[in-house]
Amino acid sequence: MPQDRIRNFSIIAHIDHGKSTLADRILEVTETVSGRDMRAQLLDSMDLERERGITIKAQAVRVQWKGHQLNLIDTPGHVDFTYEVSRSLQACEGALLVVDAAQGIEAQTLANAYLAIENDLEIVPIVNKIDLPQADPDGVAAEVAELVGENAARVVRISAKTGEGVADVLDAIIERVPAPGGDPAAPARALIFDSSYDQYRGVVAFVRVVDGSFTTREPLRAMALGTRFEAEEIGFLSPTLRPTRTISAGEVGYVVTGLKDVARLRVGDTLTAEGRPASEPLPGYKDVKPMVFAGLFPTDSDDYPNLRDALERLKLNDGSLFYEPETSQALGFGFRCGFLGLLHMEIVRERLEREFDLDLLVTAPNVAYRVETPTGQLVEVHNPSEMPLEIERVEEPYIRASVIVPKEYVGAVMELCNDRRGSFDHMEYLSEARVLLVYELPLAEIVLDFYDQLKSRTRGYASFDYDISGFREGALTRVDILIAGEPVDALSLIIHRDGAYARGKALVERLQKEIPRQFFDVPVQAAIGSRVIARETIKAKRKDVLAKCYGGDITRKRKLLEKQKAGKKRMKQVGAVEVPQEAFLAVLNLREGGG
Amino acid sequence: MSGAARHLYVHLPFCAHRCGYCDFVTLVGRRQGHGAYVDGLLAELELERALLADPVETVFLGGGTPTFTEPAALGRLLRALPPAAEVTVEANPESVTPALAQMLREGGVTRISLGAQSFQPRLLSLLERRAGPADVRAAVHTLRGACFDNISLDLVYGIPGQTPAELARDLVEALALEPEHLSCYELEAKPGTRFTHRYGSELERQAEALEGYFEQVVETLTGAGYRWYETASFCRRAEDAAGRDLRARHNLGYWLGREYLGLGIGAVSTVGGLRWRNAPRLAGYLEALATGETPPREVEELPALVREQERLLLGLRLDRGIELAGVRGALDRGALARLEGGGLARISLEAGSERLELTHRGRFLGGGVAAELIA
Repeated sequence: MPQDRIRNFSIIAHIDHGKSTLADRILEVTETVSGRDMRAQLLDSMDLERERGITIKAQAVRVQWKGHQLNLIDTPGHVDFTYEVSRSLQACEGALLVVDAAQGIEAQTLANAYLAIENDLEIVPIVNKIDLPQADPDGVAAEVAELVGENAARVVRISAKTGEGVADVLDAIIERVPAPGGDPAAPARALIFDSSYDQYRGVVAFVRVVDGSFTTREPLRAMALGTRFEAEEIGFLSPTLRPTRTISAGEVGYVVTGLKDVARLRVGDTLTAEGRPASEPLPGYKDVKPMVFAGLFPTDSDDYPNLRDALERLKLNDGSLFYEPETSQALGFGFRCGFLGLLHMEIVRERLEREFDLDLLVTAPNVAYRVETPTGQLVEVHNPSEMPLEIERVEEPYIRASVIVPKEYVGAVMELCNDRRGSFDHMEYLSEARVLLVYELPLAEIVLDFYDQLKSRTRGYASFDYDISGFREGALTRVDILIAGEPVDALSLIIHRDGAYARGKALVERLQKEIPRQFFDVPVQAAIGSRVIARETIKAKRKDVLAKCYGGDITRKRKLLEKQKAGKKRMKQVGAVEVPQEAFLAVLNLREGGG
Repeated sequence: MSGAARHLYVHLPFCAHRCGYCDFVTLVGRRQGHGAYVDGLLAELELERALLADPVETVFLGGGTPTFTEPAALGRLLRALPPAAEVTVEANPESVTPALAQMLREGGVTRISLGAQSFQPRLLSLLERRAGPADVRAAVHTLRGACFDNISLDLVYGIPGQTPAELARDLVEALALEPEHLSCYELEAKPGTRFTHRYGSELERQAEALEGYFEQVVETLTGAGYRWYETASFCRRAEDAAGRDLRARHNLGYWLGREYLGLGIGAVSTVGGLRWRNAPRLAGYLEALATGETPPREVEELPALVREQERLLLGLRLDRGIELAGVRGALDRGALARLEGGGLARISLEAGSERLELTHRGRFLGGGVAAELIA
């Protein structure tokens, strides 16, 4: 296909604004799939994605329209995957910006629109769901036009559900999105914008060819990591795998690599041919690092090997998942896992529980800290109990948060952000009723319950998005929890000094309620170094006897005792104190609202 | 040839009324059936007589309300049971008349266990007890009149709504009657009873306050010169009782892990590494025995280790503890060392043998301590 007849584009939208429905309709209108084969939201291949209304992994589908080859590159729709989104966008020349005619612009719409603009994409603004009774196509079209600097008349109005306007979208793509540039005669270069793992064929890379062409059986190399392999198969998706001999400059396709380790092929890296290699990789490769960490422990310690196997299998398809074994004196054997963000963590947890049938205890998440010790040593800390006691300085990740709310909730959101150590950046009126608030916030303040708080304080009207904006020094301190004088590793936390006392006190009070009384008084303390900042005492039991016991009662009493004994076995021993796992659960488990 | 069981328990299930908190095997009314039941008991005695030692050391008639049993049937039973050094009958105060006392005396009964429970009318009616405080006092006087010199009173504490002052009054009233023995139980909300259904959640709420009640009972009774010889049992000291050991010998048999034979519906026996419980249904019991069969039973095997565990958990209830040699296999030595260090248990040397016993504080925590000590 001549380059001037190729168009590469993405669809960007807020959750539920109709991205997947539009993609489905495009496949139908272009007769890429027949209606009979149509599975709702074909592009989202995982059940979980369909349920959550998000797309985790990008894929690319080729369709034909009026003598043109159109490549639709699907993008992940969530903030945790910003880097992947940006790589997908880099593979395109245009983007369809879809906005719900009833909801208007949301925080995610903005974030993705800015990303598209930064990548110099031609934006085709679209107002979707114009068939809804509560739709305001004119109002929303004006909002969108304002955002992308277009004439409102150029905003395409559609209903992806009924198919109305979808052909106009395809025409607009051909008219407005530029054909790909790139030199077909230059040494081959392709951008890897996604990859997946097939248990028979190994890692499959999804690529956009920028220069030259790639041929089946050719020896290839990933330039940043230096990984070498042979292209076992090359092809495109339409919407299933279609092998072909060659893909050339401007085209989008896949390469079967035969590699057995996803970590050896990274999104953002550049493929080139070994026979005539390019001298420079494509710009923009970044090694994405996890920012949010949590301990994952099987509720039943016998499940540890199953958890290890499950993580290994998930990692095959998710190069951004990080894990390493962790042993907690309180929770036993588990893994410390690193995630791109909170949603990523939730997805991993749900997949582990759903696809691998594991019952997990997830500790309160924390962020990555950069610590400088008094000796000048620099360490990255992923687990509060590993935080050195002697600290010169600590840096924590910050985010730039965009919150869009109806104007009556501005006060509530500002209050929340101020409570969470936020600093105000600016505020914009997107329309008469809706306001964009931009704050700089420590990521640590977001990972616990910021979403929930934001939702409840704005009655669910707020939309929220963020970008990691860098590391900054903070007055952070490590708080340890001691039970009968013994520090409990799983309960250590890193917190801003101003919040240490209140948080320590709350934890200690909670534990005092959760830990059953023992034979002796048990102090529960929160401490910074050797300084105790909060203390409660679990009063000793004064009485623990079975009232009476005669000839007819002995078996029953013995069984009761055996049960008590079995119960003790499930307890975690912290020094001389027996703590039921449930107590840790209550304090740690996110779902319980603890932490 | 005689057997090993030195202790005989006989269950008389009949009651005028079933109290709300009771979970024993009881039958209300049916006075015309009492004779047939006694026939059944005697038939079972004949079937199992080989298991009994000769002589038998103790006999215990429990219930139900043994003294509610039709007098002719009860008299016939007493005459047919083997003689023993201690023969105890449980009695409800309102059933004690001079004639009954006389009949028990003549039947060889040496000890009466009287179900007083409380002296507060309000609490008695909450427990659905029919006797009032005056009935208890009258019953004791009647029994003393019939020359009974070993009377035990049962008291219950932790009744919903009971105050510490009310418990103190109950103890004063009980002591005023100068019983040789007292059994004091915390009211248990046993699953499935009417009482638990009605008061269970209230009992849970007051659980913590109840801890003090146990201490109050022990302090008051030991202060009055009684020996706290078992978790829930108190007796007059030998030096105040003309040298008599007033511990309940029958119950001591249980706590020392001895063998015993139980007769009647729901009764439990432990003999020769087996424990069996007769089925609770009256009809099945009588039918089997009428044809010379043993009644339907649930049998449980007791391996040596289990017996040792039981000896440990039962023996720790006693003030003198238990001989260490007999429980070594069931004992977690690490736990013992911890508990010794914590002042809850100790090893003492007596007549050349080591005994394991709980300290005063350890006895208040005896259940949890036993759970620790069992390996």
